[in-house]
Amino acid sequence: MNTPVTPRLMVEQIPIGKRPFWKTLRQQRVLLFMSVPFVIHVIIFKYVPIWGWTLAFQNYWPGKSFFDQVWVGFDNFKWLFRDPVFYQVLRNTLAMSIIQLVFGMVSSIVLALLINEVRLVFFKKSAQTISYLPHFISWVVAANLVRDALSTDGGIVNELLMSLRIIKEPIMFLGIPKLFWWIIGASHVWKEVGWGAIIYLAAIASVDPNLYEAATIDGAGRLRRIWHITLPSIKPIIVILLIMNMGYLLSSGFEQQYLLQNGRVIDYARVFTIYELDYGIKMMRYSFATAVGIFRSVVSLVLVFGANYLAKRMGQERLL
Amino acid sequence: MKVRRMRLTKEDLILDFVVYTTLIFLVIVTLYPFLNTLAVSFNDALDSSKGGIHLWPRKFTLYNYRSLLTRHQIYNAALISVLRTVLSTFFCTFSTAMVAYTLSRKEFVLRKIISFIYVLTMYIDGGLIPTYFLMRNLGLTNNFWVYVLPGLVTAFNLIVIRTYINGLPESLIESARMDGAGEFTIFAKIVLPLCKPVLATIALFVAVANWNSWFDTFLYNSSNPKLSTLQYELMKVLQSANSMTGSLEQALAQAATGSVNTITPRAIRATMTVIVTVPIAVVYPFLQRYFVHGLTLGGLKE
Repeated sequence: MNTPVTPRLMVEQIPIGKRPFWKTLRQQRVLLFMSVPFVIHVIIFKYVPIWGWTLAFQNYWPGKSFFDQVWVGFDNFKWLFRDPVFYQVLRNTLAMSIIQLVFGMVSSIVLALLINEVRLVFFKKSAQTISYLPHFISWVVAANLVRDALSTDGGIVNELLMSLRIIKEPIMFLGIPKLFWWIIGASHVWKEVGWGAIIYLAAIASVDPNLYEAATIDGAGRLRRIWHITLPSIKPIIVILLIMNMGYLLSSGFEQQYLLQNGRVIDYARVFTIYELDYGIKMMRYSFATAVGIFRSVVSLVLVFGANYLAKRMGQERLL
Repeated sequence: MKVRRMRLTKEDLILDFVVYTTLIFLVIVTLYPFLNTLAVSFNDALDSSKGGIHLWPRKFTLYNYRSLLTRHQIYNAALISVLRTVLSTFFCTFSTAMVAYTLSRKEFVLRKIISFIYVLTMYIDGGLIPTYFLMRNLGLTNNFWVYVLPGLVTAFNLIVIRTYINGLPESLIESARMDGAGEFTIFAKIVLPLCKPVLATIALFVAVANWNSWFDTFLYNSSNPKLSTLQYELMKVLQSANSMTGSLEQALAQAATGSVNTITPRAIRATMTVIVTVPIAVVYPFLQRYFVHGLTLGGLKE
């Protein structure tokens, strides 16, 4: 679906040797009225902000006109690449994205395999329905639940660990910098594991049942059938999802980081959007924050196209 | 099936045991936080702070709800949340379907260029600051319509609906045209009713996204309490708890009740969380199949 439409396609649209373009357009004016207002809408809301990238090359001061701004070339980018916080942000974003990607995928695949082994229809349906409920609640709600589960006064995690005598005192998990990435990873898995499993379940459902029958006759048990039939059958989709998701390493969410962070862990919690918010909106360094945004957009673009290219090279159909 | 059941091997039994225990564990881990929050919201606030509340309130009270629901702010936020969800869902679904219909007409001369303009938006991102300035220049800050207008037609929804329309029998549209129906009539009277399944799914996703959204309130409308949403109110309570300074927590607790000791930030958060989550939890079991339909629509189609 995402195929970048090449200019070649745009040339083909003009019918050669048929009725002239404008006459056809006049005939199709109803279609025109139905679509063009929305095209203008999308140009305003999606393309005009690209024009705003000029901010990054100015020393932008609100209130001055566009021509009165001081132009500074690439200075903002120079500052950006000299800012130690930038490298911290890059590290945090990549670390949390990779943790989410790896653990998210592995847990979803395992869940799909488990659900597929359930033969009680009622249990199967209920477990599935419950597993993707958290996908539909907001991160605000999820962050509240995570915070309560990890709290020191009656949080279930501390209570369990204490009753199992693993720890003596309750631990303030959300105040430990080194733990923050893993809390983000775990809460991501909690929220998305069931939803992520749907796509693998669909893939498993399309495996040829004859393969299983043949394997059973050959004496393969259930584990060996999973290992030798199910997993190889869904391998293409695993590979393709892995590659496609790599395209989003820098643009994955920031909501959970923003909602679960606090002053103690900020050095491990700050991701790109938080960086842009802090420098742009709070400190009013608009030009600098725009440069941050440009860096992220451009690198993401390269990653997405790289992922697409890689997926095609491997002879796979794109998914989205 | 019968044959297999008779030949349950040791491996089968162990595997079944592992499968069922893991899934039951997953169900518990998924549901516990919700049920725990529900229990805390119905429990006496001071009693809750002693800990040990699990699935059932120990000292049942409706006081948390009563003190929260006497706050004018909550009703206003709920109204804004409902309004933005309803309006966004309606406008977004209708406009997306309309543009999708024009893009499904093979003879439409602007079809490819318009598709290209939309598809490109999936790759480029203006970034936070330029978008913020755009909204400000358009007068959309401190404005209700910032909730509805920017996301009217998105490329992803557009592609999903267009793919669906392309799958409809062309003969229906052709025969309507023979009868002299104009493009808009064909769209409104024939295509729209046929698209009900896909529109239901898109509408549901837009509705959930709108209900769950807090960042637009935070970024564009935070200085106007009249435009606050439920999610943003909950976010503010969470943030003040996160800051661990205590002063804001107490201020909030006091604001809610007029006295310090009867309600705690934890109780406020739990009660708010329940209020915000209930609408989703209520519709979820009934509309579940549409929810899931959405993923396979966008996902497995090549």
